[in-house]
Amino acid sequence: MTREFLSGNDAFARGVALARPHVISAYPITPQTTVVEKLSEFVASGKLNSEFIHVESEHSALSAAMGASSVGARTFTATSSQGLLYMAECLTYAAGGRFPIVMMNANRSTALPWNIYGDQRDSLSLLDTGWIQAYAGSAQEALDLALMSFYIAEHKDVSTPFMANLDGFTLTHTYEVVDIPEQSTVDSFLPAYQTENKMDLDNPVNMGFSAGPDTNTEFKFKEHIGMLNAKRVIDECEDKFAKLFNRRYSGLVESYLCDDADYVIVTLGTIAGLVKDRVDALREKGQKVGLLRIRYVRPFPNEQIVQILKSVKAIGVLEKDISFGNEGTVYTNVNSALQKARLNIASSNYIAGLGGRNIEPKQIDEIFEDLKNEQSVVKFVGLGE
Amino acid sequence: MLEFLWHGRGGQGAFTAARLLGAAYSLKNSNSYALAFPSFGPERRGAPIRSFTKLSDRFIGDRSEISKADYVVFLDDTLFSQSAFNELKEGGKIIVCTKNKIEDERVICIDGVSIALEILKLPITNTVILGAIAAVCDSVELEDLFNAVNQSMSAKLREVNCKVIQKAYDTIKERV
Repeated sequence: MTREFLSGNDAFARGVALARPHVISAYPITPQTTVVEKLSEFVASGKLNSEFIHVESEHSALSAAMGASSVGARTFTATSSQGLLYMAECLTYAAGGRFPIVMMNANRSTALPWNIYGDQRDSLSLLDTGWIQAYAGSAQEALDLALMSFYIAEHKDVSTPFMANLDGFTLTHTYEVVDIPEQSTVDSFLPAYQTENKMDLDNPVNMGFSAGPDTNTEFKFKEHIGMLNAKRVIDECEDKFAKLFNRRYSGLVESYLCDDADYVIVTLGTIAGLVKDRVDALREKGQKVGLLRIRYVRPFPNEQIVQILKSVKAIGVLEKDISFGNEGTVYTNVNSALQKARLNIASSNYIAGLGGRNIEPKQIDEIFEDLKNEQSVVKFVGLGE
Repeated sequence: MLEFLWHGRGGQGAFTAARLLGAAYSLKNSNSYALAFPSFGPERRGAPIRSFTKLSDRFIGDRSEISKADYVVFLDDTLFSQSAFNELKEGGKIIVCTKNKIEDERVICIDGVSIALEILKLPITNTVILGAIAAVCDSVELEDLFNAVNQSMSAKLREVNCKVIQKAYDTIKERV
């Protein structure tokens, strides 16, 4: 194991290289570019033995990835923002075809107005396409997710593509210390991809077929079950990971000082780091506050959210997203979990950080203060004229 | 937490220096943490840019830009103005690469261009600043800076940049 000072993109690229994908197809877009640049350097120098396919668009990047995955290859691609949206058609193809492609998405705002900075509207607008969606909180977690994503996606009970989300710039372009595992340890962690869902002359199967009203629901149900199975496989994967790498992750969510908390901020991505800092600061002043970080938005952690929040007085869902005409999408999902469990607690929504706007420590404190009103409101944080 | 706010122009290496400082501090042992990042977005050669380094003995959760720093540094004195003091924490220091004198006890001036021209044969002052930081900041050790340079710079740049760091360090130490 070595320690290096790396950006989130560099760390993720190192993880992908350690996972030894057979095929990488990619089209560059800010702030994703450096991850595929790094991988192309690894391939060019012979450090990584992968087929690197330069394609002419994101739509082609994911189409090529599907082609590779359909012969049983371990496959990686990466994108961001408009690139992800341009892929949208292929996202449902990959998920419905049960191709366990891993994709890194650098979370970035969507046009118009044109903006290259970070928010989470790109990936959250595509929750229904059948991809697992994880959100990293640090460069170390990014590297580790790169390793775990292949394990989870390719598991025979899951067979579902995996989107690993890294906050644009605040994670992709921010440098910090990262432990780089040994190749031999990664090899013992990550089994070779084996599937019957591939083009094989000895065992021919029908792939990419149509399914009419008589069977379509059953295919969609199986897709749903595959995604739900990921919950169990994520736990199994993290147990194995902890044994081999001495780092433990906490499954679909990370709970911080929620046990006795009255007021909890629920959020995702790197902004959770700032919330954690403020929880520590406010706890020192005697305030019973906590943080619930959602690590996986699909499959959605309904049970964990209810279990962790069952005794709190109010929650605030802080997200870099708005579903226009309604509310933030993470908020909708969290409220659904609470409602199904008949958990009647005040739940508010704080929309912040759109188009890369900074979220300040004092704004986190103000959210915790606002939660004491125990209302259920939707607010834009720091809204100007 | 110690916070460093870097001012430079595109091409001067302000972000490289911010990153080297973070690497130097956080790679020395497993209880040291650092974040380093540039001002995000498009960059042009010669245009003003900022970069940021945060050093701490615990995991750093706040990834936002620094508005008030312990050290505000200028690779180029044409970027320095009185507004720099608004970015400085109480008790903090400003380090400026300049041939001029700035009469303020909070400001440390160093003729970085002369040092860089003498050793690098180029007017690139980013590693000069690193040596100056090691001279005035107890948390930053010369040895750690050398290690960071050796780990992340190409072979032909390592030795000369370590020399620059040493020379800048000695220059400031002679004064205090």
